[in-house]
Amino acid sequence: MSEFDKFPAAGNGLLDRRIFLRGSLVGGTSLLTARAVATTRESWMRSPGAPMDEIGEPSPHEAHVKRTNVRSTTGTTGTGVSFTPHEHLDGIITPSRLHFERHHSGIPDIDPDAHRLIIYGLVERPLSFSLDTLSRYPMISRINFLECSGNSGSCLAPDPIQAPLSFYHGLVAGSEWGGVPLSALLDEVGVKPEAKWIVADGADSPVMNRSVPLDKAFDDAIIALYQNGERLRPSNGYPMRLFLPGWEGNMSVKWLRTIKVVDQPAMSKDETSKYSDLQPDGSSQLFTFPMGVKSLIRSPSHGMSLDEPGVYQISGIAWSGHGGVRRVEVSADGGKTWADAALDDTVLSKNLTCFRSAWRWDGSPSTIMSRATDDKGHVQPTRDSIIADRSVGNFYHYNGIQAWRVGKQGEVTHVYA
Amino acid sequence: MSMHNIGIIIILNILVTAGLADELPDLGVPVDAETLAAIDFTVLPNGDGLPDGSGTAAGGAAIYQLHCLACHGEGGIGSVNDSLVGGHDSLATQRPQKTVGSYWPYATTIFDYVRRAMPLQAPGALSNDEIYAVTAYLLFLNGIVGEDKEINSRTLPLVEMPNRDGFVWVY
Repeated sequence: MSEFDKFPAAGNGLLDRRIFLRGSLVGGTSLLTARAVATTRESWMRSPGAPMDEIGEPSPHEAHVKRTNVRSTTGTTGTGVSFTPHEHLDGIITPSRLHFERHHSGIPDIDPDAHRLIIYGLVERPLSFSLDTLSRYPMISRINFLECSGNSGSCLAPDPIQAPLSFYHGLVAGSEWGGVPLSALLDEVGVKPEAKWIVADGADSPVMNRSVPLDKAFDDAIIALYQNGERLRPSNGYPMRLFLPGWEGNMSVKWLRTIKVVDQPAMSKDETSKYSDLQPDGSSQLFTFPMGVKSLIRSPSHGMSLDEPGVYQISGIAWSGHGGVRRVEVSADGGKTWADAALDDTVLSKNLTCFRSAWRWDGSPSTIMSRATDDKGHVQPTRDSIIADRSVGNFYHYNGIQAWRVGKQGEVTHVYA
Repeated sequence: MSMHNIGIIIILNILVTAGLADELPDLGVPVDAETLAAIDFTVLPNGDGLPDGSGTAAGGAAIYQLHCLACHGEGGIGSVNDSLVGGHDSLATQRPQKTVGSYWPYATTIFDYVRRAMPLQAPGALSNDEIYAVTAYLLFLNGIVGEDKEINSRTLPLVEMPNRDGFVWVY
């Protein structure tokens, strides 16, 4: 019995989260053994290394870490998605080059000097803002997740998809978003008392638009100019996008061109025929904006393999569009018993939070899963409970508990549990 | 708290508020009405924002054949892209079909979306008359208006879509 096993937390080998406070899982054995042999050098230690470079690229050994399922709808270029490869990632910041994409007709090649943001409609003074002028406004930056409301919807399929997790959970990412609070610009144009909504249009070829309640626009909406410290990348809205923390990604309109202040929603194609939630009785819920509380074990997950029985880290991310993550529980026995996972120090509202558990796998087939609770008291539901009161015609806002099966040989597959 | 202190706080508040207002860069450039009209795509369900022009389904059929059929199929039945017709009374079943006719709550959205985004490879290529005509054609294919019904900024908002009352606001 090792020291770890003095801290059982739940069934089938799940260990206490306090193990993480005690140091490395490797622990115990000293690697600093005195040797009476000559020093050696690996081949890369025998000559000076590569020089500096203007752009730091990932190691060539990590070339396999890239967005997955990069695919356009048949007959189109640039209408479709690409997925963030969470099966290869750790931490709460998604590298910008790996941030998922969802475009409705490709990425426009915008001249930042010619681009303008015009705010008009029910305002005292319709005004136009260039990128240069916006850059002179007081800015803020926040670390928030962005999730497409269709993320994970394919977990409603009758059989679990046997593919790496990004193929069904890859439409969520975490970034630091920096820009100008929309409230400052709305104050400058002077919003009229009868205004209730804004309509945001993109400068992409389909002029994608969404209506946003005015209270959200004044609350925490920003005109984002920066992502992870650099200007937005074209695939994320260069030179400016709307960013609405916690709300379904489609509303954070990329390549933002105009904001019209209105007294009612526009009932645009993307807020009525899409992104509305069909109910079993045939009615639809409109304006289901916040993304629900959710968690995801990234490691181990589909396609990985546990080499041998022993202690492993179970790690993943949790998030909620309603606020911060209060708790993540992990089960190693298919949901019969649960134990609290350790949360990393950085727990931010409407952002990814890392959780970690220690697990002694005894070599027997096991089902592992995670369940998040947010600081508003929302608890991540099971897949079964979601399906029980959902129309088969609604694949938006799926936040069911994700399960992985570890087989006898240590192979990890996707299961429903 | 003494009246003296409250007085100081009020004065400080006034100073801070006035100071912030003064310190905003205030760099927005006024936009004239002509520019606003040119960049304004927004159409509201009450018809606000619809431009002049008109069309009928009879005229829209030819425009559909030319610009829409390749992706949306003969008569709007769907092809590599969405079905635009049919699916009526399917929403509460195990095979719901969300088409323009069965699902979309407002006819104004058809004009709005076609003007913004269609045809996908050349958005902006259709005139307002052509967009009204193809809108009329889609409404006709779904049995919502007659073939000769003139669709324009006045008549389009009055078209009652079958699923008009099917949406429940949850915000």
